[in-house]
Amino acid sequence: MLLTTRSLTKTFPGAKALDSVDFGLAAGEVHALLGENGAGKSTLIKCLTGAYTRDSGDIALDGAPISPRSTSEAQELGIGTVYQEINLLPNLTVAQNLTFGREPTRFGMVDGHAQRRRAETMLEGYGIDIDVSRDLAAYSVAVRQIVAIARAVALSGKVLILDEPTASLDAREVATLFNVLRGLRDRGLGIVFVSHFLDQVFELTDRVTVLRNGRKVVTENTADLDRVRLIEHMLGHALEDEVSTRARTGGATARPDLLRFEGYGRPGRIEPFDLSVGKGEVLGLAGLLGSGRTESAELMFGVTPAQTGAATDAGGMLDLSSPRAAIAAGFGFAPEERKEDGIVADLSVRENIVLALQARRGWARPIPRAEQLRLAQMYIDRLDIRTSGPEQPVGDLSGGNQQKVVLARWLAMTPRFLILDEPTRGIDVGAHAEILRLIRHLAADGMSILVISSELDELIAVADRVIVVRDRRHVAELAGADITSDTIVRAIAAPDAKPTEAAQ
Amino acid sequence: MNPRLYPLAATIAIFVLAWVICVMQFPLMLSTRVIGNLLTDNAYLGIVAVGMTIVILSGGIDLSVGSVIAFSGVFIAVMLRDTGLHPLSVFALLLVVTTGFGAGMGGLIHALAMPPFIVTLAGMFLARGAAYMLTIDSVPIDHAFYDLLDDAYYLMPGKGRLTLIGVVMLLTVAIGMIVAHRTRFGASVLALGGGEAAARLMGVKVGHTTVAIYAFSGLMAGLSGIVFSIYTSSGYPLATVGTELTAIAAVVIGGTLLTGGAGFVFGTLIGVLTMGLVQTYIVFDGTLSSWWTKIIIGLLLLSFILLQKGLLRLTTARLQP
Repeated sequence: MLLTTRSLTKTFPGAKALDSVDFGLAAGEVHALLGENGAGKSTLIKCLTGAYTRDSGDIALDGAPISPRSTSEAQELGIGTVYQEINLLPNLTVAQNLTFGREPTRFGMVDGHAQRRRAETMLEGYGIDIDVSRDLAAYSVAVRQIVAIARAVALSGKVLILDEPTASLDAREVATLFNVLRGLRDRGLGIVFVSHFLDQVFELTDRVTVLRNGRKVVTENTADLDRVRLIEHMLGHALEDEVSTRARTGGATARPDLLRFEGYGRPGRIEPFDLSVGKGEVLGLAGLLGSGRTESAELMFGVTPAQTGAATDAGGMLDLSSPRAAIAAGFGFAPEERKEDGIVADLSVRENIVLALQARRGWARPIPRAEQLRLAQMYIDRLDIRTSGPEQPVGDLSGGNQQKVVLARWLAMTPRFLILDEPTRGIDVGAHAEILRLIRHLAADGMSILVISSELDELIAVADRVIVVRDRRHVAELAGADITSDTIVRAIAAPDAKPTEAAQ
Repeated sequence: MNPRLYPLAATIAIFVLAWVICVMQFPLMLSTRVIGNLLTDNAYLGIVAVGMTIVILSGGIDLSVGSVIAFSGVFIAVMLRDTGLHPLSVFALLLVVTTGFGAGMGGLIHALAMPPFIVTLAGMFLARGAAYMLTIDSVPIDHAFYDLLDDAYYLMPGKGRLTLIGVVMLLTVAIGMIVAHRTRFGASVLALGGGEAAARLMGVKVGHTTVAIYAFSGLMAGLSGIVFSIYTSSGYPLATVGTELTAIAAVVIGGTLLTGGAGFVFGTLIGVLTMGLVQTYIVFDGTLSSWWTKIIIGLLLLSFILLQKGLLRLTTARLQP
C-alpha cells in the first residue's frame, strides 16, 4: 500500500467527523471516495493533506508514519491535492502558477525564459497546447483543472487527491481529464477520486471506499459492485428495527389536500413536477447529493422562483416568487447549511427565535420584550432546547440544539407548510431521534412538513410518503408499506435514461 | 497583445495624448526643463506611490504614508537641529523607524486578521501625532550637507535640471519594478492579491509576506520623507496631508486594479507623471484655478475604474461557455 490510515479519528465540537477510519490507497490505482454530505470525505482528505490535525490514529506513506501539519508539508511528502474551486491564481500566468514557489532564478531575479520553458515541460504529456505566458484566467475551467493537476503531480508525485474535479466540466472535458488521470495511474501514482457522479466512478476507478456518518462502510473493487449495492452502502440500510416500528396509520389515509404544485419547475434546476401536500402529512424527499432535492425545496420556497407551473391551495393561486412571498403564504424553510444560512451565531437564543416573526411584523412594530421572552421560554420548554437561558448566544449550543432553535424560529411563525433540509445533519444520535419525534408531533398537530434527508432510515421512520429524486427529476412516489430502504434504493438506482457515454 | 497589458497601454496612451495636447497649446512644454521639474516636483509622490503599488497589488491599502512622510520631515529636522548627527546617520535611523512601523502594522493586520484599512488608519493618526509631539512648528533644515543634496543635479541639454531627488525617484521605480515583477516576493504579493485562500494553498507564507509588504511601504514612505525634506528644506507636522490618497489615485490611474492582483509599477510612474502634467498645464495656462487639477484627476480616476470594470467584464464574458 502506498498510503494507509489506521483508526483515523477526528472530532469537532458536537460531532465525530471521522470514527476510526481505515483506508488504503495502492500505487497505480484510482480509488473513489464516496459518501453523502457530512459523511466525512472532506475531513478525511483534510487530515491526509495536513489541513486538519487528526485526534488519533496513524497515517503512513510508503510504510513510514507521517503527520503533515500543513498542505505544503504534505506536498513535500508526496501528497498533492486538487480542489474543486480555489486551486490556482487566475491573475497570474500559467507559467507562474505552475512554477510558483520554485521559480528558476538568476542573480536573485526570476528568469522568465527558464520559467516558461519549465512550465512547458511540466505540461508535456497532458495533451493540452496552451500559451503559458497568458493569464490563467484566459483558459477554461478544464484547462485550469489540468494545470492544477500538473502542478500537484510535479510537486508531490506519489499521491494525487482530486476533490470533485469534474463538477463544472462538460462531457468532452471530462473525457480529456480522465485520459490524463489514466496516464498518471499508469505511471504509478495513487489517485483518490472524490465525486458524486456514480457513472464516472464506475468508468474510471479501480476501487471504491464508502464513508457514512464518519465511519468507513466498505472498500471494494469497483468491478464487483453494481449501482444498487453502491447506493445502499452510501445511504445505509441498517433497517428499521427501532425507528420504523411506528405504526403506520394506514399510510394512504385520505388527507385533505393543503397544497398542490402542478408542472412546477425551472430549467437547469429541476424538471417540472406535480406534487400534492396533505394537511398534517410528512413528505420525504430522497435522492443522492446533487440529484435535485435541495433544488426542489428552494423552488417551493421561492429562493429560486419557478419558471413553469403553478402552486395552488384551497383559496386559489399562491405567489411563491420570493422567500418573503412564501413566508406570507405560510411556508417555512430550514436550510441545510444551518451554520451559514440558518442561525445567527452571535445573537442569543431569544433573538434567533423571534427573528423571522419580527421580520414579518416589520421593524416599526417591535415585539415587546416580555412577549419575546415568553415565546423563547415556551419553545425552549417545548422543544427541550438545552441552553443556560434565553440569552445564551446560539453559537455556543451543540448542533442539535442549534437545529431546534432554527425549528423554533419557524414554529413561532406558525407555518402551515414547513420544509426541513437535512434536519439531523451533524447532530448526535440522541438528539437525532428527538428531532424525528418532534416532526411527527408537529404533523399530528396539523402542520404539513417536507423532510429532505440522505438517511433512508430517517425518511422511513418519519415520512408518510416519499418522493424519489434523480437527475433533477421526481422519478417515483412511494407511500405507506412501500416505503422501505429497498424500494427507495431501487428507485434511485433505476437504469439511467441519461446518456452515459460522457467520457468514452 | 496580452490582455493583462491593456490597462498599462491605456495609461501610457492617455499620458502621451495629454502631453500632445499640452504641447499643441504651449510648445514650451516639450522641453527638458519641464521634464526635469516634473520629476523633481513629483519625486516624493512617485516614491511613496511605488510602495503603495505593492500594497494595493496584494489587495491591501496603506493610509499611513502621508503622515509618515510628515513625521519623517519633522524627525530629520529636529534631529539635525538638536543632535550633532550627520544627515546620513539620521536617514538610516529614520528608515529603520518607518520600516519597523510598517512591519508592525503588517504584523497586526496578519495576527489580528484586521482589515488593512483600519490598522493603517490608526497608523495614520499615530504617525501624525508623533510628528506633533516632536514639534508643532515648521523647523527649517540648515545643514551644509543638505545644501549639497539640494544643489546636486545633472544639466540636461536644453538647460533642464535632472535633480538628485528626481533620479532617486526613477531608481526607486526601477527597483519597485524588479521587486514586483521579477522576484518570488513579488509573485507572492500578486498571489495574495489574487486570493488569500488560494495563495495559502500555493504555499505563500501569508504572514511573512504581509509583514514584508507593509514594511516595504513604510520604507518607501521614509525615503519619500527624506526626499520631501530635501525638496522643502524643512520639516512641518502639517505637511503632506492627504498624500496617501493622491498616491492611491496615481496607482489606480497607473492601471493597477484597486482590488489587487494585477498591475504594474511602471504604470504608477506614468500615473504620477500624468497628474503632474495636469498641474503643469494649469501653471502654464495661468488663468485656471488650481482646483481644476482635482477635477481632472477625479475624472481620470473615474474613467480608469470604468475601464477596469469594462475589461473585467470583457474577459469574464469570453469565458462563458
